[in-house]
Amino acid sequence: MVEEESLRVVRCGGSELNFRRAVFSADSKYVFCVSGDFIKVYSTATEECVHILQGHRNLVTGIQLNPKNHLQLYSCSFDGMIKLWDYTDGILIKTFIVGCKLHALFTLDCAEDSVFITINKEKPDVFQLVSVKLPKSSSQEVEAKELSFVLDYINQSPKCIAFGNEGEYVAAVRDFYLSVYFFKKKTTSRFTLSSSRNKKHAKNNFTCVACHPKEDCIATGHRDGKIRLWRNFDDEKKYTYTCLHWHHDLVMDLAFSVTGSSLLSGGRESVLVEWREAAEKNKEFLPRLGATIEHISVSPAGDLFCTSHSDNKMIIIHRNLEASAVIQGLVKDRNIFTGLMIDPRTKALVLNGKPGHLQFYSLQSDKQLYNLDIIQQEYINDYGLIQIELTKAAFGCYGNWLATVEQRQEKETELELQMKLWTYNKKTQGFVLNTKVNMPHEDHITALCFCNAEKSENPTLVTTSKDGHFKVWILTDDSDIYKKAVGWTCDFVGSYHKYQATNCCFSEDGSLLAVSFEEIVTIWDSDTWELKCTFCQRAGKIRHLCFGRLTCSKYLLGATENGILCCWNLLSCALEWSAKLNVRVMEPDPNSENIAAISQSSMGSDLFVFRPSEPRPLYIQKNISREEVQWGVFVPRDVPESFTSEAYQWLNRSQFYFLTKSQSLLTFSTQSPEEKLTPTSKQLLAEETLPTTPFYFILGKHRQQQQDDKLNEALENELVQLPLTENIPAISELLHTPAHVLPSASFLCSMFVNSLLLSKETKSAEEIPDDVSMEEEKESVDSDEENNFTEEVQDTNNTDLGKDIIHQLSKSEEKELRKFRKVDYSWITAL
Amino acid sequence: MGEFKVHRVRFFNYVPSGIRCVAYNNQSNRLAVSRTDGTVEIYNLSANYFQEKFFPGHESRATEALCWANGQRLFSAGLNGEIIEYDLQALNIKYAMDAFGGPIWSMAASPSGSQLLVGCEDGSVKLFQITPDKIQFERNFDRQKSRILSLSWHPAGTHIAAGSIDYISVFDVKSGSAIHKMLVDRQYMGVSKRKCIIWGVAFLSDGTVISVDSAGKVQFWDSATGTLVKNHLIANTDVQSIAISDQEDSFVVGTAEGTVFHFQLVSVTSNSSEKQWVRTKPFQHHTHDVRAVAHSPIALISGGTDTHLVIRPLMEKVEVKNYDAALRKITFPHRRLVSCAKKKQLLLFQFAHHLELWRLGSTVATGKNGDTLPLSKNADHLLHLKTKGPENIICSCISPCGSWIAYSTASRFFLYRLNYEHDNINLQRVSKMPAFLRSALQILFSEDSTKLFVASNQGSVHVIRLLEGSFKHLHTFQPQSGTVESMCLLAVSPDGNWLAASGTSAGVHVYNVKQLKLHCTVPAYNFPVTALAIAPNTNNLVIAHSDQQVFEYSIPDKQYTQWSRTIQKQGFHHLWLQRDTPITHISFHPKRPMHILLHDAYMFCIIDKSLPLPNDKTLLYNPLPPTNESDIIRRRTAHAFKISKKYKPLLFMDLLDERTLVAVERPLDDIIAQLPPPIKKKKFGT
Repeated sequence: MVEEESLRVVRCGGSELNFRRAVFSADSKYVFCVSGDFIKVYSTATEECVHILQGHRNLVTGIQLNPKNHLQLYSCSFDGMIKLWDYTDGILIKTFIVGCKLHALFTLDCAEDSVFITINKEKPDVFQLVSVKLPKSSSQEVEAKELSFVLDYINQSPKCIAFGNEGEYVAAVRDFYLSVYFFKKKTTSRFTLSSSRNKKHAKNNFTCVACHPKEDCIATGHRDGKIRLWRNFDDEKKYTYTCLHWHHDLVMDLAFSVTGSSLLSGGRESVLVEWREAAEKNKEFLPRLGATIEHISVSPAGDLFCTSHSDNKMIIIHRNLEASAVIQGLVKDRNIFTGLMIDPRTKALVLNGKPGHLQFYSLQSDKQLYNLDIIQQEYINDYGLIQIELTKAAFGCYGNWLATVEQRQEKETELELQMKLWTYNKKTQGFVLNTKVNMPHEDHITALCFCNAEKSENPTLVTTSKDGHFKVWILTDDSDIYKKAVGWTCDFVGSYHKYQATNCCFSEDGSLLAVSFEEIVTIWDSDTWELKCTFCQRAGKIRHLCFGRLTCSKYLLGATENGILCCWNLLSCALEWSAKLNVRVMEPDPNSENIAAISQSSMGSDLFVFRPSEPRPLYIQKNISREEVQWGVFVPRDVPESFTSEAYQWLNRSQFYFLTKSQSLLTFSTQSPEEKLTPTSKQLLAEETLPTTPFYFILGKHRQQQQDDKLNEALENELVQLPLTENIPAISELLHTPAHVLPSASFLCSMFVNSLLLSKETKSAEEIPDDVSMEEEKESVDSDEENNFTEEVQDTNNTDLGKDIIHQLSKSEEKELRKFRKVDYSWITAL
Repeated sequence: MGEFKVHRVRFFNYVPSGIRCVAYNNQSNRLAVSRTDGTVEIYNLSANYFQEKFFPGHESRATEALCWANGQRLFSAGLNGEIIEYDLQALNIKYAMDAFGGPIWSMAASPSGSQLLVGCEDGSVKLFQITPDKIQFERNFDRQKSRILSLSWHPAGTHIAAGSIDYISVFDVKSGSAIHKMLVDRQYMGVSKRKCIIWGVAFLSDGTVISVDSAGKVQFWDSATGTLVKNHLIANTDVQSIAISDQEDSFVVGTAEGTVFHFQLVSVTSNSSEKQWVRTKPFQHHTHDVRAVAHSPIALISGGTDTHLVIRPLMEKVEVKNYDAALRKITFPHRRLVSCAKKKQLLLFQFAHHLELWRLGSTVATGKNGDTLPLSKNADHLLHLKTKGPENIICSCISPCGSWIAYSTASRFFLYRLNYEHDNINLQRVSKMPAFLRSALQILFSEDSTKLFVASNQGSVHVIRLLEGSFKHLHTFQPQSGTVESMCLLAVSPDGNWLAASGTSAGVHVYNVKQLKLHCTVPAYNFPVTALAIAPNTNNLVIAHSDQQVFEYSIPDKQYTQWSRTIQKQGFHHLWLQRDTPITHISFHPKRPMHILLHDAYMFCIIDKSLPLPNDKTLLYNPLPPTNESDIIRRRTAHAFKISKKYKPLLFMDLLDERTLVAVERPLDDIIAQLPPPIKKKKFGT
């Protein structure tokens, strides 16, 4: 590792995909979306992230294709820059510096060398639409200061501005009026709807606007769910509008199809409505999209739509209203009760996701892996309804078991509580419900933890509750005459002076259980469930409790609400040290002795990393976040880093992630942003124009790289060693031949499968001439290495080969013969 | 204003009949409306939509089609197979002519106004020539398989479109043969209905035919090729009517759900000449089927089963904000259906085919201002008088003493004598009516019930002296030579000396009843008279016009009074002029000569001539000031117009005695409750 710079807090994925409308590439192969400071390029066919365009220093607020070159993409950001990208290669082409915060970006075909942006002038809620002239210059960074004013007092959201009829006019909506600016006439018409004074029209506010691509027609969405189609708006007196009303709540976004024959609308109902020919009676629905539709976009080719949803998801939808792909980010629109966990199997981050679900989120690929439905009930999205909340979850036994707790409390006395235990099924590769416990406790469950000791033969779970008890649950045999089964039962109930049990924690070897009862920590022997000793510091209720690990396993740490961090020595049963620290998050690193604590002060949150053996912290980072940090977790690294600097050594084996109150997922990194390209995206700098599909991952260069990795790790003894695809001519022919000259798939199939087999015999598959013209081309392409390879093969089975060729002779004659001759020659020379 | 005991009458069980057809006449700016009971009403759109004429209905004449031809001529046709022309001057039927094609479903006058087409039950389309005083059958077009429900002329008069069941035919007028037959899709939301009825067609000058049908579609056809051009599905139910503007840039359709849709021809882009029809605004002013629509240059007019006539102005066409710029809903006739015998506290209610006589209830309780007093004696239904024959009642009246009832149908006049014996009533018809008393437009008894005044439809007013059980014809005031205009409104002075009579447009004539001669004529005014009354003692004639102006004319002095001149000079309050409905009744307080009592459907007003007039800055509708406020404030805010909007819709209000008022209300909810149930629509959230 190179000499690291200072440690920085970086946002790591999980940023909003639904912040702005997605943009399609001209050929609908890619879809672009803003994601925090980055722009992500997804393949519409495979949902894979192909590129991440990085370079902006603040939130990206708008992206548009370059109308003059549809292989380029403009983006604007709060950092005041407009950047031009080559999205196929992921290269930044140019940067235009405007200077002020840019809130939205629009491009027009006819506007030669200018783009439109929304900026904020003086007052906080007054936005202007201006056009920026992008100067022609060869340099990488150009100042673009030539702004010309178009419209004033507009809405900040780009949904409230639309350009129509090839840039003849621009329509902007705000509050109760629609303004239309005509570029040719340089006039603005303004249409006002009766406002809130009239009770009937109280919810007349405009929410979004879209312009018909061919006709002079503006569609506006309103807060009461109406869509108005305005026509004749070049005359302030003769204007007229039609109403379309289906939505019962506000219209979130509108989009016309490319030809203008249909209008798409969406809102909180999570239903995409297609209004054909703008007729009220002629509409189609795509229901059950899962969450509020925030944005709708249409591909320039007209074959795809994309909806962005409030649960950080994009759905690619076919023209015939069939959802074809789902791009799901980290779901963030709800409270996180479960905290951050790591699934020991997939190394995925696990936390509350959709209502009633646990989401498994891959930190490496910034992608949701899957959702586990815990509550298994239909979610009814209605205001004021008290829902069942998934409050606690814990993994145990290396990911074999998952315990979840859900609760619903409508009134003070009516608590509904349920604990579920899920077992990992290897066959289905997912969690299956094993045991359901109704009312495991009389009151709220405050904590649950598994005994994760290596030696423990019997999985053990401990739950603590406000009812003053902690319960030990063990896995027992539940077999009967019909089947063999296991189930969880309560083994022991412990309490201490009717205090509320607040936390529990197993020591690393599983021999001790620590349970905190308000201010008192009790230590129990996990074999006999005997109370061993108690610690009481009278420093407030215990908020966090954890044992030290490895060399520090004799220490127990407790953080109290009064801002005291205590460390007890379990051998001497005495307080080792204590420190004044208002700990919000305390997380032990599973791979080292280190413990991370995040304290909250009025200035912000500070991070302290320390070992229980000494009160002096290893590392302090002040002000990691302005807002309160709610949860943190150590994620073990796949490949250990080797930071030499002592301060960063705590990051060698694990990475620390934390979640703030506004639900941004942050981590620490020493790399500069340019270096931070993830390895996957580097791999995906695809050769030529091949789309990066999963197919590509099987057969492309990617596998070669993988194999190298595997070799390094010396793990290949289990794996089947596949031949490198570039070296199999049959496959490269298959991939390089235009489809219209290829023989039928059934003919190619056996050849293709043969080529993947390992035995020496099958290597002759290369010899099966599938297309002659292709063969000719190949001559020049073939490497020497391959030639040698064929020679070897000739030795073993030249008779078979001869037969093969005779069969083929009947089909394609002369060229076949020629080829046969050529092969012969090589063989002779080898002799 | 003074305090009154008010009889709040809600037992007048009046239900107007549903509107079947409307026809707009561009030349005279009048609207003809036919109702399901056969009544035809003429509204003058220039005079604040005043219903200036009406033709009483007839049980066997269900009107199915109504059209104006040749300027001022009005024709109707109905299921009895007759074509009827109305005499708009004499207010009677000029002639009825059988078309010999079975029930007639549709009718259209040619753009030139010289020809009339009717579509019949047997599938024939018949062409009639309109001659100056009659119509004459010319020829039949190719007979179609089923009834012709709608007809439309090409503006050039060369082709017609006829809507039938499942198809539309296009005829060439010259040859009379069908040149295209355009089949309409029966499919309705994927379900095949039995039949698709073409309720309306409209032929545009560019050859486009617009059709509306029972499957809820509005379709555009190219008549040259007979192909469907565009289809708008706008309703789940029938689209029943269509009307197109003269400029052919907008049209209106009405559906069975009560929704009226406006379609406009708008340019596709601002810089191209290409235009397309776009559905713009829906209007939901009706609860029931919209059976008929009309398109005036500035408004969309619709009417249907729910009996309202709705006039929705097109804001972009209205130049200035005036009376025309507001939505109008006309429900009640602009004439009196109630008369009152003050002394006996009797009310006579006029229905289409019967009369009801009620005695008002009474109370002995007293209470504070605003209290509802309990009745000690309920209202009595004394009499239910059915008419003979199929004709509707035109007008009726009860004498002030309560002992005479007179009513008239289109062909007969009836006079009854009532004798009260304790609780029993003895009804005796006065027979042997003179031959000239055939039909009356207005009947009035003098205050002392000794004279009967009858306005007949020839413009003459007959004066008849009533004796016990018999009568004597005294005199007939003949109309001035040259005019045939019939008199619609009568007023007699309480002392019985003066009689005022007014026609639909010319001025008010004042006759001297003692000398039996014309005394004077009030100068003609642009707007028709809606109510007349002569004040006691002063003999001032108070005239209300449809533009909401009120004049006071002194009969002895033969000139307008000083107060009337003052108010004309200063002008009425703008809110007064913007009121919806015409004043239908004027009366006077016997003890307070300065007061004029008048009412329209939505307010009751006492004009106190002694107080200053309001100007535009003062509050017109000031509620009664609280009594505890000092007199100074009350005096400062007081003005001549004391308005109460407590009772509405108000059909009749009169003073029974000095301290008692009677108000006849007809709540709209009660009318709707008596209508057939509307088409059930699923409402979101219910």
